[in-house]
Amino acid sequence: MVKRFVQVMCASLALVGGWASADVTLNGAGASFPAPMYNKFIEEYTRIKPEVKINYKSVGSGAGIKAISEGTVDFGASDSPMKDEQIKAASGGYIVHIPTVMGGVVPIYNIEGVNKPLNFTGPVLADIFLGKITKWNDPKIAQANAGVTLPDTAITVVHRSDGSGTTAIFTDYLSKVSPEWKAGVGKGSSVKWPADSSIGAPQNDGVANTVQQTKGAIGYVELIYAMSNNISFGAMQNKAGKFVSASMESVSAAAGSLQDIPDDLRISITDAEGDGAYPISGLTWILAYQNQKDAAKGQTLVEFLNWVTTDGQTLAAGQHYAPLPKGLLPKVQAQIKSIKVSQ
Amino acid sequence: MTGNVMTSPVGEMSGTRQTAVPRMRRRRVMNAGDRIFLAIIRSAALVPVLLIILFVGILIAGSMPSLRAFGLRFLFNSEWQPNAEIGEDYGALPFIYGTLFSSVMALLLAAPVGIGVAVFLNEVFTSRLRGAIAFLIEILATIPSIVFGVWAFFVLVPFVRDGIQAHVQAIFGTGFVLFRGPPLGIGLLAGTLVLAVMILPMIVSISLEAIRMVPSSYREAALGLGATRWEMIRLAVLPPARSGLIGACILALGRALGETMAVTMVIGNKNVIRWSLFEPASTISSVVASNFGEAGGDNALMLPSLTELALILFAMTLIVNLVARFLIRRFAGDKAVIA
Repeated sequence: MVKRFVQVMCASLALVGGWASADVTLNGAGASFPAPMYNKFIEEYTRIKPEVKINYKSVGSGAGIKAISEGTVDFGASDSPMKDEQIKAASGGYIVHIPTVMGGVVPIYNIEGVNKPLNFTGPVLADIFLGKITKWNDPKIAQANAGVTLPDTAITVVHRSDGSGTTAIFTDYLSKVSPEWKAGVGKGSSVKWPADSSIGAPQNDGVANTVQQTKGAIGYVELIYAMSNNISFGAMQNKAGKFVSASMESVSAAAGSLQDIPDDLRISITDAEGDGAYPISGLTWILAYQNQKDAAKGQTLVEFLNWVTTDGQTLAAGQHYAPLPKGLLPKVQAQIKSIKVSQ
Repeated sequence: MTGNVMTSPVGEMSGTRQTAVPRMRRRRVMNAGDRIFLAIIRSAALVPVLLIILFVGILIAGSMPSLRAFGLRFLFNSEWQPNAEIGEDYGALPFIYGTLFSSVMALLLAAPVGIGVAVFLNEVFTSRLRGAIAFLIEILATIPSIVFGVWAFFVLVPFVRDGIQAHVQAIFGTGFVLFRGPPLGIGLLAGTLVLAVMILPMIVSISLEAIRMVPSSYREAALGLGATRWEMIRLAVLPPARSGLIGACILALGRALGETMAVTMVIGNKNVIRWSLFEPASTISSVVASNFGEAGGDNALMLPSLTELALILFAMTLIVNLVARFLIRRFAGDKAVIA
């Protein structure tokens, strides 16, 4: 009822104003992780195409999935792909997933006297966050860090208190490398943190500041956040056994080295194979209905997505996001092509 | 009081309570403009009522799945398991504990100080600077909570850790449950202290109004009977202002219960009940605010559970207000100067 009313109102307003035919406005909402990137995309794209107006609201992945499912936005955005049941429940039919950029999640810590980047293996990181390793001088940590003197300090685990795509990627990775984590905690944008010593802090800066203020603390933040704030972070051992520090190249490599990529591109790229792949990496997606009911909007959205996944990718590095690997592009463009715009 | 003002025109219009003469006069006066004005203010009066009904209705409808799934157990359950594969399970107890503990403690800390400041400003401090100080306190009340949060995080937390916790634990040891906890500074005490600082200006400015309303003749009478200044304050100023002072505390408690950002930055956000000032805890408003956006997904019961938490918070503020009304009526009665 209300939606219908709003639609009628908008339509009549558009008729009165006479601007409907010339200008198109797209409204999107969702993940906060890529929000700075999307704002940059939008800024550049609307400079090239001034007749297009795009709004993006950073409300969180869960809220983005909800918004597109209920049809209150023209596109949604999420850091984790929608489940089959969620797509089935959406009001406007099938939803396609278009990856836009990539990001990594890095462990940060505050240990007195340790300035060298530490090495972590997946199982050790999982054991720390499970609360099974409680001291920094635990032999399991020392094993991967020969030559570093680790103190007898208690570990305080700092995690995100708000639901977040960063947590989703991080816990997805821990679930892959630790059966105990998978069975007891699992993956998600918020989980039940098992470590006795754990505390929650809001947002990336909350986690980073809490870690910096607390001796013996370990936390996780987005790679872009750590890089733009010059926070040093640990290297992770990847599936090939190599210790890899997160960078735009190593994050891109995580998606580049994937072998069997499903056509619908709903993939997790944590713990990826390949020597140079950073293991705690993730894609972020724009969500759009395959059947676009509004021809003008649908056409604009397809053009925007084409630009984002091709020319727009050159903007990623400047914003500290990793661009999509070239190998992924054919499948991405096939997905965009599958969007039907009714005439 | 307000109820009478609202309903009397209705009564007069329908003529049930009024005699014929004023009705005639009224009819003469009620021209079209008056009628329209009456209709407007009457519908304006309905708005808050409708809003409350809508608000509660939506909260109940939104929390229905959780109410059905968990029932009363929700109130006493300490679990918060947002994983559908393991089995979703949600409970409110640690959040209720964190909210009540931090808010009530904050009030206990801030109320004596706040009322003391108000008494001092009105009864003791006679300089012309008084107005300026009262003005500054009101400015303090308008500072956004995120500013308090940042201050609390960078100043209060290290102070709690090195200035309070270290000494308290050195004296009492870590055996006593109330003082247990890792040396983080983040936890219930930090949350309580930031709340106390935030509600202090509110208590001061409302108490000051209440004390100002006490007629000077009361003070003069007390002083005339040979009372000292302290006796005058105790016997002639505080009792008649009591209902206003209680009102100040209740409003402050209401703000403390609903405060989100500043608390979430320093309380540690862990849903545990550890009965210690130095252990992390979590509050209802912070868990709702920080998890709402991502609560969809495959967790069917998470959003309803968060909505139910909001409903519980609403019920808590309602109870606080009812208790306040009871207290004011009980203790102030007819002696109250300020109703």
